[in-house]
Amino acid sequence: MTPAAAPSASSQPDVLPEGILLRVDGLKTHFGTGNRTAKAVDGVTFSLPRGRTVAVVGESGSGKSVTSLSIMGLIAPPGRIAGGRILHRDREGRVRDLARLTNADFRHIRGPEIAMIFQEPMTSLNPLMTVGEQIGEMIALHERISRGDLRRRVVELLKKVEIPAAESRADDYPHQMSGGMRQRAMIAMALACTPQLLIADEPTTALDVTIQAQILELMRRLQADMGMSMLFITHNLGVVAEIAHEVVVMYAGRVVEQAPAETLFGRPSHPYTRALLASTPDPDRDIAADGSRRPLAAIPGFVPSITNLPPGCAFAPRCPLAAQACRESPPELTTVAPGHVARCIRMEAA
Amino acid sequence: MLKPLIRRLIEMTVVMALVVTIVFVIVRIAPGDPAAMMLGPDATPQDVADLRVRLGLDQSLAVQYLRYVGGLLSGDLGQSIFLGQPVGAALLARAEPTFFLTLFSLLIACTIALPVGILSAYWRGSLFDQATTTLAMFAASVPSFWLGLVLMQVFAVKLGWFDPSGYGGPGAGLGTRLHHLVLPAVALGIVSSALIARFTRASMLDVLGDDFVRTARAKGMSEWQVVLGHAFKNALIPILTVIGLTAALLVSGAIVTETVFGLPGVGSLIVSAVLRRDYPVIQGALLVIAGLYVIINFVIDMLYLAVDPRVRY
Repeated sequence: MTPAAAPSASSQPDVLPEGILLRVDGLKTHFGTGNRTAKAVDGVTFSLPRGRTVAVVGESGSGKSVTSLSIMGLIAPPGRIAGGRILHRDREGRVRDLARLTNADFRHIRGPEIAMIFQEPMTSLNPLMTVGEQIGEMIALHERISRGDLRRRVVELLKKVEIPAAESRADDYPHQMSGGMRQRAMIAMALACTPQLLIADEPTTALDVTIQAQILELMRRLQADMGMSMLFITHNLGVVAEIAHEVVVMYAGRVVEQAPAETLFGRPSHPYTRALLASTPDPDRDIAADGSRRPLAAIPGFVPSITNLPPGCAFAPRCPLAAQACRESPPELTTVAPGHVARCIRMEAA
Repeated sequence: MLKPLIRRLIEMTVVMALVVTIVFVIVRIAPGDPAAMMLGPDATPQDVADLRVRLGLDQSLAVQYLRYVGGLLSGDLGQSIFLGQPVGAALLARAEPTFFLTLFSLLIACTIALPVGILSAYWRGSLFDQATTTLAMFAASVPSFWLGLVLMQVFAVKLGWFDPSGYGGPGAGLGTRLHHLVLPAVALGIVSSALIARFTRASMLDVLGDDFVRTARAKGMSEWQVVLGHAFKNALIPILTVIGLTAALLVSGAIVTETVFGLPGVGSLIVSAVLRRDYPVIQGALLVIAGLYVIINFVIDMLYLAVDPRVRY
């Protein structure tokens, strides 16, 4: 879990512009070695402004979860960070490269600086400990606190995430709670040490739609109240529209487009982003006044295997605009407008 | 907490009633007349008939069964034919070495197996993992009496650190008695540690891949806090079962080891009872061992309740 530094990146100074909490710079996270290396994340770059929510969108296997685990330093062998930097500014204003942090140093980042919640609240909680114990454990790990104060803090946190009867619910085991309650408890645990950044990896995917909406609303409110930054991993564009200020679209281990949310939904540049938007159900668009339905535009083909990427643009085999040049060399990220970048040489062709 | 306890106690009573019946039947269906077998080929028919009356074998099976059960209920396991004392008293007099031997073997087995299992799961595929896997295979394939003989040869005969045999003689102090248990306990413990270690490794591997272990790391816990505090406690549930089974196996495994080391325990009592066809003693010992199995299982079930809040009986 101690990543090797990339030779090219280590020569650059670790500086972050004011107002940026975290910058992922050319991150490469690979699994395995030799010609069977799976390049799960291959040169991902994006910035996370302070107090904003950035959503990372992509299909399964696009590298979005691996990106978030890389930021947390939770990539286990055979995975490793093969290159790039993860610059992070802590509470004291110190900027450090998380990709080169030792595990011992990382322990002070995880929890008080960056916290994370996961997709499956059932399996992500320890079944043998009450939720109160698990939340309290987070606080006791990072702060000196008396038993009585700890209990008060735990109950306060459960109230903050709107768990009714927080006082008695603290003594519940995870299996005694519903899915939505468990995810609330996970959020309470993540927020226990008031982190600067909350990473949420598909936090609503395993929940019922009505519960999803409640959890999203809660997270949006907590993000705004606490002024923290949020990195929201999802494959659901509907969720993105609800919660994100900025959107990063990933495809086959790379960022293909990044833009403010309204720009991305209003004027998407990359053909993949457009195809994603077109394949998302939208009753206003898909059902005509006479009740006839327009078929959903599925993206043809499959996400390429990350052990065997095409030499050019990874999306070219499925892209309606692909030209010969697209298949020859991978395109660079280019600026479309201030704050809006895309990785495509055929954007104008649309 | 009380209701499952009572339910399990009722189940245990049913099991024990079955065991009593089976033991009774087995002794009765053994080929030949027990009285004639006991007295040997030189006995006169009159001797055999007398013994049959003394053992109550002239009564009908139903009467014998009722007498036997009635005796058990009043705590009477019968009378040994050769020892000239009640079976219960004979077993009790031999219980201490067997009890301590089982306990020490189990302690040694767990002390070796749990750390080895945890570490080999954590460092899976490493040299440590491969080495302990090989050693466990070796330990599991070695008969405990052979290992006992080797230990005896090295540590008692060559080095002279321990007495090769016995329990210190009459009137020996507790320290001397325990000293005599070291070699047999090590022999039994090493052999049974293999199974527990393999099980611990498998169970830990399962749990280390679980989501809540990742959550624990994401909290900023140290690796050892994660492994021992979160992973091991969850892995412990299946491990408890194996430890319980091992404890039960050790009771019967002690029979052979006690004979090798000349320990005056229940095991050597059973062996001599079998050789002398002392049926009441065999019967009583079988019941006591079956009872121990049932009690150990009960303890394991209660431990589940204590460890896992999801378990309801």
